[in-house]
Amino acid sequence: MSAGTLYDKVWDLHRVAQLPGGSTQLFIGLHLIHEVTSPQAFAALKDLGLPVRLPERTVATVDHIVPTTSQARPFADPLAEEMLATLERNCSDYGIPLHGLGSGRQGIVHVIAPELGLTQPGMTVACGDSHTSTHGAFGAIAFGIGTSQVRDVLASQSLSMGKLKVRRIWVEGQLQPGVYAKDLVLHIIRVLGVKGGVGYAYEFAGPAIDALAMEERMTLCNMAIEGGARCGYVNPDAVTFAYLQGRPYAPKAEAWERAVAWWRGLASGADAVFDDEVRFDAAAIAPTVTWGITPGQGIGVDETVPTLEQTEPDERPLAQEAYRYMDLQPGTPIAGTAVDVCFIGSCTNGRLSDLQAAAAVAKGRHVAPGIKAFVVPGSEQVAAAAVAEGLDRVFREAGFEWREPGCSMCLAMNPDRLEGRQISASSSNRNFKGRQGSATGRTLLMSPAMVAAAAIAGKVCDVRQMINTTP
Amino acid sequence: MTAAMTTSSFPLGPIAAVRGRAVVIVGDDIDTDRIIPARFLKCVTFDGLGEQVFADDRAELSGEHPFDRPELQGASVLVVNRNFGCGSSREHAPQALMRWGIRAVVGESFAEIFYGNCLALGIPCFTASHASVLSLQEQLIADPAQELTLSLATASLEASGGQLWQLEIQAGPQQMLASGQWDATSQLLAHECELAQTAESLPYINGF
Repeated sequence: MSAGTLYDKVWDLHRVAQLPGGSTQLFIGLHLIHEVTSPQAFAALKDLGLPVRLPERTVATVDHIVPTTSQARPFADPLAEEMLATLERNCSDYGIPLHGLGSGRQGIVHVIAPELGLTQPGMTVACGDSHTSTHGAFGAIAFGIGTSQVRDVLASQSLSMGKLKVRRIWVEGQLQPGVYAKDLVLHIIRVLGVKGGVGYAYEFAGPAIDALAMEERMTLCNMAIEGGARCGYVNPDAVTFAYLQGRPYAPKAEAWERAVAWWRGLASGADAVFDDEVRFDAAAIAPTVTWGITPGQGIGVDETVPTLEQTEPDERPLAQEAYRYMDLQPGTPIAGTAVDVCFIGSCTNGRLSDLQAAAAVAKGRHVAPGIKAFVVPGSEQVAAAAVAEGLDRVFREAGFEWREPGCSMCLAMNPDRLEGRQISASSSNRNFKGRQGSATGRTLLMSPAMVAAAAIAGKVCDVRQMINTTP
Repeated sequence: MTAAMTTSSFPLGPIAAVRGRAVVIVGDDIDTDRIIPARFLKCVTFDGLGEQVFADDRAELSGEHPFDRPELQGASVLVVNRNFGCGSSREHAPQALMRWGIRAVVGESFAEIFYGNCLALGIPCFTASHASVLSLQEQLIADPAQELTLSLATASLEASGGQLWQLEIQAGPQQMLASGQWDATSQLLAHECELAQTAESLPYINGF
């Protein structure tokens, strides 16, 4: 049983009571809501006649359904309009702050909470979205919940939870140029599997993790859930504090000094005990691309689609299903796979550094003929910062479309979607069947720089060859 | 798409047993996008989701999907393989299954958020070994008319022919479902004093 880890410390600090059935009532420090998973929770609250317990500890934005071309109201899609109107009404009725369209602070919930300084070390963070694990990058314990649990947090600022085990994922060495946090996490999931993390929180640690910038740590923790781990985290350190200082909701002046002292003390101690530990070597990881229908079906860009013989026996039925669905031949190189659509964005890779990495590849080059390529910034703040450094122009000149912020084609709840059997190179997080809006559409997950490279080449290619040569 | 809706009797109160025929869905890592594609999440109530469960898989199999087969209409048990319900946290997935008629799920393993969402709706998720699930699925596919009884107290599944499978269910959820205390809201509201104390003790709540 784990002891002395950040997870244990934060868990103990937030324990309210023991519940019948053995679960723990856990206080939730920050509750984030959006338009898709909250309307039924508010409706249930109204049915029960309950108030929101601590409205100031819930923060709302709109992200999943917003169009990325014109965001003028009312939206062309009446259902999308109804969802946003419902969120606006619920926030207004219960006194919940809403960072809406055009506020300058709207964006994907997992992008805006960190950039506003809402997400802080040592908090428990819950949101009706599985990628809430993102916030673990700050040393918070953050996890996705369902709508009944959204109702519970609204009503009681707490949740009924079971404690997880803790697996430390220790990463030695340094990522090579052209290899990013996205590649690291796709590699980890490839090795540990999409269900390897069930029952665990993942603590990411080691020299390679220490060297990651905050936005890279967010990418890493974001996809812990794709490895089955409901939350992933990185211990807070000087990188975390430097990111937070001066953000709108970060503590100020003397409170800042006290906060940093408290945050430092939350990190897993040298004597911390973990339930499990797995080690990786960052230097050995190549740009990684998925070839199949789960995020665990990934390979280095210089590898070939695994054959059945190269696949563990119990993974073979899934591999066969993936060959059929993806129409990729086992034993053939993934590099050279032609793509139709290139998507840069999402809560995984829609932050400024992601756009910078992609723009560095796009600059002075041009999207291949017949390829639809588009960039969706993760938030209004990301968009403004990118425009301020001219990234929108770099992308437009290279033939990419520059869009308004939202979740977009990560899950295709807005008009951005694949058509028919189109195949996308995507910086998002899920390559499930039908995920990007077409029941037969296909997704290749990769880093934003790799997506930009695929857009230029019209096919999957090794971005390391592009960043080592001038266009 | 047609489906026999049994929306009149969503789980309520203590659950001693789930009875009925079973639908088998074969495959590991079936994600919640498969169970309910994202386009059906454009709604402000869960009401219509029963008809849309597994929509894309059903369209692909044009009537041959287990959820469309005439002999399986009205079934109340779902039998699946490993890591069922992975991916998105959308409660729309168990809501869609429940609104189609599912009242219990048996599988080798479940994704955590899906498992918790089922519990919050009063839908028990039982587990069994790889071999047990395969043999159960095989028998149910061969004879889909079998009436099953899943007992919460003994975590067992008995087929109308008399055959018995031993299953497993976590002690906490078992107790919560059997006692009718699976809806957490009232329990969470019962500790107002302790909640206020916990909040008071957290530096970030009080400006450090």
